[in-house]
Amino acid sequence: MSTSTPSKIIPTRTLYDFHGGIHPEEMKSLSNQTAITQAPLPPKLILPLQQHIGNPSLVIVEIGQRVLKGEKLADADGKISVALHAPTSGIIDCIVDHPIAHPSGQSAPCIILIPDGKDEWCELNPCEHFEHLSVSEIQNKVRESGIAGMGGAGFPTEVKLHPPHQDKVATLILNAAECEPYITADDRLIRERAEEVVQGMEIMAYALQPGECLIGIEDNKPEAIAALREAVKETQIEVCVIPTKYPSGGEKQLIKILTDKEVPNGQIPADISVMCQNVGTAAAVYRAIRFGEPLISRITTLTGEAIQQPGNVEVLLGTPIDWLLSQYGYQESKAQRLIKGGPMMGYTLTHPHTPIVKTSNCILAPTHKDLPLPPLAQACIRCGLCAQACPAELLPQQLYWFSRSQEYDKAEHHNLFDCIECGACSYVCPSAIPLVQHYRHAKGEIKQLKLDQQKSDQARERFEARQFRLDREKSEKEAKRKARAEAAAKAQAAKKAAESAKPVEASQNTKEQVDTKKASIQAALERNQAKKAVQAPETKAQAKVEPIDIEALETAWDKAQAKLDKMHDALENAIVNTPEQVEKLTRAVEKNQVRVNQAKQAWEQAYKLETTAPVPAQKETISTKPDESKPDAPKPDINALKVAQEKAQSKLDKMQDALDNAQPEQVEKLTRAVDKNKVRVQAAEQALNEASQAETSQDGKN
Amino acid sequence: MALLTLSSPHAKGPQRTSVMMRWVIAMTLPGLLMQTLFFGWGNLHNVLWCTLVAVICEASILKIRKRPIAFYLNDYSAIVTAVLLGLALPPFAPWWVSLVATAFAIIFAKHIYGGMGYNPFNPAMVGYALVLVSFPVAMTTNWATPLSLVDQPASFLDTLQIIWGQVPAQSSMVDALTGATPLDTYKHEIAHSLSETVLENPIFGTGFSLGWEWVNAAFLAGGLVLLALKVIPWQTPVGLLAGLAIPSLLLGHDADQTTPLVIHLTSGATMLAAFFIATDPVTSCTTTRGRLVYGFGIGLLTYIIRNHGSYPDAIAFSVLLMNFAAPFIDVYTQPRTYGYIDAKRGPKAKEAKEKN
Repeated sequence: MSTSTPSKIIPTRTLYDFHGGIHPEEMKSLSNQTAITQAPLPPKLILPLQQHIGNPSLVIVEIGQRVLKGEKLADADGKISVALHAPTSGIIDCIVDHPIAHPSGQSAPCIILIPDGKDEWCELNPCEHFEHLSVSEIQNKVRESGIAGMGGAGFPTEVKLHPPHQDKVATLILNAAECEPYITADDRLIRERAEEVVQGMEIMAYALQPGECLIGIEDNKPEAIAALREAVKETQIEVCVIPTKYPSGGEKQLIKILTDKEVPNGQIPADISVMCQNVGTAAAVYRAIRFGEPLISRITTLTGEAIQQPGNVEVLLGTPIDWLLSQYGYQESKAQRLIKGGPMMGYTLTHPHTPIVKTSNCILAPTHKDLPLPPLAQACIRCGLCAQACPAELLPQQLYWFSRSQEYDKAEHHNLFDCIECGACSYVCPSAIPLVQHYRHAKGEIKQLKLDQQKSDQARERFEARQFRLDREKSEKEAKRKARAEAAAKAQAAKKAAESAKPVEASQNTKEQVDTKKASIQAALERNQAKKAVQAPETKAQAKVEPIDIEALETAWDKAQAKLDKMHDALENAIVNTPEQVEKLTRAVEKNQVRVNQAKQAWEQAYKLETTAPVPAQKETISTKPDESKPDAPKPDINALKVAQEKAQSKLDKMQDALDNAQPEQVEKLTRAVDKNKVRVQAAEQALNEASQAETSQDGKN
Repeated sequence: MALLTLSSPHAKGPQRTSVMMRWVIAMTLPGLLMQTLFFGWGNLHNVLWCTLVAVICEASILKIRKRPIAFYLNDYSAIVTAVLLGLALPPFAPWWVSLVATAFAIIFAKHIYGGMGYNPFNPAMVGYALVLVSFPVAMTTNWATPLSLVDQPASFLDTLQIIWGQVPAQSSMVDALTGATPLDTYKHEIAHSLSETVLENPIFGTGFSLGWEWVNAAFLAGGLVLLALKVIPWQTPVGLLAGLAIPSLLLGHDADQTTPLVIHLTSGATMLAAFFIATDPVTSCTTTRGRLVYGFGIGLLTYIIRNHGSYPDAIAFSVLLMNFAAPFIDVYTQPRTYGYIDAKRGPKAKEAKEKN
């Protein structure tokens, strides 16, 4: 992979430029004169569960548990997430909402760890030669080591070690530009640990197999450049020295400088086959693979005139910022504000008692002289200095006018969302207008408007769907009503026709009219059949109607039988105890007996009706349904009838067995059940015989 | 002490509006010096008088508008307007002409619109155009003859007396001191003479414009310094001079028919307009490409009005006409933003395809 003679001629790569940019005072000498120091062990560590872009980590330890240095405290949750590890050995005190370093000053869930002072490492998994690991092993190790982008964004590094869309990465870039004033963390890291940085880049290159590897560094760091050039001697990595200009450390701008490619609007560098990583991240990757050390500390610049001992410190993650500053001579009386990050893009801290996280690259404590309060804003004179400075080639003064007049659609049309909020426009504005604040406000308003629009769209859709459903139900009801009216009219006509056409059945009817229940049952059956005939000749529907009636009849029979039994008991009781009621009860018993018989009969007939196929040629005595109700009934399905008969037979056998094994009080019930099933079997057999007869006669006809 | 909570960015560059305005004023001084040397005390007096009027008017208006007076006066924009008017108006123009021009410029062309930054028209040019149209005689008969051509140059007191009306306008003294400008002369003479004959007029000095050439050279020098300091953008002056030069070269190359380019460039308020008047940031275009178009438009209109209009020097009208067009030009000259293939030109341009 790397074979070259030591005296290699360094090729000069063509560098391009991005539009605009400013040259603020660098103020780097305040903190880059001294070597990196180790921050002492703090009394408490506050570890937010989200120090990265993506899902917060899931806690896997318990309160009171003792953990070792480097032990995993929280797992990565999902694809875009990283793990969290204990920066030192100690006891988990609690897991609570604690203020974190964020522009809003909000709290977030944090693990509070109390160090025990022993700083005991857990078992690590080093690997001397990373080439022996597979690419996926390396990716897993990086994910499990909790490494996220340490330049300030905090994007999970493991995700960036997967080639995009299964394509090759053309260019892997390490961002060593560090263009913001005051910050020198990357500068000192490279000066002292260039080997680690370069090895880390080699590991990343092993995973991504890029076409070329570049390190972009500004020319205001000569010692770091020399150290890098020394470290890359045996490799294919190219060190590109770019002119000092803010914001050349911005990912998009650096890519433009080194490759002349622009990241298209709405896309990420991976879409143009470029991967960008911070040097601190590269060093962390090296330590994770080579020594198995998870990400538990980082280099942070402490600078500003309010700090007596400014410089770079290697600080454990979770160290409270106020405690850390007090260790380095922070003079609260002199401090005007505390900034996390640099003076151009950093945000002020509302609570100093917040932790250092994976993305804290600088804590700036300026005095009034360092960063004076901005002057009062005047009117915009449309001088265009902001447009000249904008690295995204926007028209900041137009965006400003639109933001103020709340013409958000015009602001969006002028590419408001392409603003990277670098602050160059506000820096140069002669009228001291806080331009970036206006853009942030406008962006927030536009997002809120879009959310509201989405909500109202959804509400409108639901409303329309509901209207549609109500209208449909209404029309269906209307149709049903009409159909019912027609059916009633037809039923009337059919009834009249049936009565006049069949006198035989009429005499049968009179005999059965003694049994009022039977008549009503049969009338109901007729109505059902008439209705179904009018709507659609669906015999299935008819079949559906009849089982319901059969079940109703069955329950009626059971009820009648139960009542009869009760009456029997009462009679026996009366015979013994109250002889004067015996006559009454005897009559009641007789009545109930009649009822039971009637119910039984009704059920039997209904059952026969169900199992017997309705063949127009046959006139069944029990069936009084009008023949014209079934003009096109299907032929009896012999197989179905066979199956029905077999089913009934098996059920009967089961009942017989149950009866034989029954307890005495269940005997009566089971006897009844057996009788029922016997009737069923008989009816099924009859139906089968009739059907087979019909078929043979049909076949004979054909 | 409580920590401040402020929003990024926290650093501020050295540029300030009042500083820029003061540089503009400072860089007119060489031109003013040349005017005094060649044409007498008139311009200096007018500059001072207009400044006084401007400051009083602005303070009064700010009081009426209930604004903090010192804060707004400190941006020096009123003084810039006054200085430009003082330089542009004829040296012997009566005091009330300067008064009307300045007062109208400050009150109506600036504060009625909302003050500095909100006015669509260049206030100095609005004032100038107003008096040019309202008082044509006063504005055309009060130009000074170069001192070297006058037997008895006016002293400071004489100038004061003329301006303040102590001396009647038709008097012989005033007659001796005032005369037509080179542009005026050439335009009227060339209709019935040849170029060589016209140029023999002593007002043209060594073939350019006596006195005026030095004034324009001084304004050019001042303008170049402003360019180097990045107080003004280069697109507007270059556009204006190109807009004047290109039609002149193409159409007016025959010196026997029209005023030649060299007279255009060295006479009148050409350089003053290019570097000081047209570059007024509030009323010019905001996009860089738009500024080229804007400047070119002013130059072209100046050429047309000078040659075919009835006014000898047309800067005021050209600037005002292009002020009308500036927002429209802005809409159609937006730059291409990073990450897009094409610029979104026009009010509702379709989404540009992404650059790949």
